[in-house]
Amino acid sequence: MGIELLGGRILAPYFGSSVHIWGSIITVFMLSLSFGYLLGGKLSTKNASLTKYGLIFLVASIMVVPITLFAEPIMEFIFTHIEDSRYGSLLASTALFFIPTIILGMISPYSVRLLVTDSEKSGQVAGILYFVSTLGSALGTIITSFYFVLAFDVNTIISAFALTLGSLGVLAIGVNSFAGNKELAHA
Amino acid sequence: MLKYLLLAASVFSGAAMSEVIHEERSLYRNIIVDETRDLRCLKFNTKSSQTSQSCMYKNDPDKLVFNYTKLTFASLLVTENPKNVLVIGLGGGTLSNVIHELYPGAKIHNVEIDSAVLKVARDYFNFIETDNVTSSVQDGRIFIKRAAIKKQKYDWIILDAFNGDYIPEHLLTKEFFEEVQSVLADGGVIAANTFSSSKLYEHESATYHSVFGDFINVSRANRSNRIILAGIKTMPTQAQLNERAKALESKLKKYDIDINAISNYMQYTKNSQDWPKNTKILTDQYSPANLLNF
Repeated sequence: MGIELLGGRILAPYFGSSVHIWGSIITVFMLSLSFGYLLGGKLSTKNASLTKYGLIFLVASIMVVPITLFAEPIMEFIFTHIEDSRYGSLLASTALFFIPTIILGMISPYSVRLLVTDSEKSGQVAGILYFVSTLGSALGTIITSFYFVLAFDVNTIISAFALTLGSLGVLAIGVNSFAGNKELAHA
Repeated sequence: MLKYLLLAASVFSGAAMSEVIHEERSLYRNIIVDETRDLRCLKFNTKSSQTSQSCMYKNDPDKLVFNYTKLTFASLLVTENPKNVLVIGLGGGTLSNVIHELYPGAKIHNVEIDSAVLKVARDYFNFIETDNVTSSVQDGRIFIKRAAIKKQKYDWIILDAFNGDYIPEHLLTKEFFEEVQSVLADGGVIAANTFSSSKLYEHESATYHSVFGDFINVSRANRSNRIILAGIKTMPTQAQLNERAKALESKLKKYDIDINAISNYMQYTKNSQDWPKNTKILTDQYSPANLLNF
């Protein structure tokens, strides 16, 4: 959500602040999250492990980085080739956010897989996960829009998100190798 | 106690006399046109926090209502006979109308993001459109970016875009000002209507200064309400200003613009820089403009 919110800021210089900018951003995020859920669920059926879970975080963190590096040339290119700022902004937000958001979307279903040990409790686990991830989204939104933008550059904030994701990934992989292959027992 | 009674009475009577004659919900905001006796105003937002965007006297539509609109004409003291005028932010179309009357041969293009505002300007504020006076519904930043690609030039660019709070953040950054500068003709001027306070005032000034160098603040005692005149190469001397003002005086009188008085409100930042040197400039990466304006 933090990245989604900054998306508006990133696109504004090239595509303005008309309502269709938010239409583009929200569409792309929803679309890519939906694909991410599907892919994450599929992936979780094949030898689910904490290491793979950590890898998802790592890949997500790497995929977020291009937003800070290539946003300018990508938007410049789209701006000069597409006159209509509706389709321009849709294409730009696809180019910038589609892939990282798919990977972020994979995290939720994969978490369900790792946390459910008993099918009786699967609903409760899913509920807790929805709670945590949606609460996190709310906090990410408010902290980013109220405070982060006052103190930092947009790129700094996105790099910090990437770093956090990367650290979580490394942590997950690290924990897994310390704890041995306990998690694999469930696989 | 008496003070509060009077205040309550004035609020009550003000409310009683003002009458909403048109209301419209656009994609961006609620637009209200209301009338208090002779005064018709275009307002944004809700009834509790209305901000007048544009007003006119119904019986004397030539006469300008707002001080800032009058101050904008200080531009004519630093540039002569504008031929290509660009106005970002239409409001009721007042500026465009007056400029068209002053310079019927000049091309004026108005850019307005909200089609409902354009409609209200046409229907309620006698917004004049001719072959020379045109308008487009677009985000101002995009219009200027495209104009730059087409190598268009304007010799008077008026920045007057406001949302409910203040100027949209992407129209207050160094990158945006550089784009504006690229469509400014030689000898032209940029006039920006601003009313920032405290911290934002400093960031705004520093950002203008970083792109345009020294500029002119046009404001009365209250410094937060000002017109910034930027993009000029040299500051005219007081004698030159007085001479220009004399020549314009009679033309501007019917709009209730006292150009002689206005020529005395002009401060060149070279002599009176009123923000700290190390103020952080606003960029596309860092532009919490609206959060700073408290």
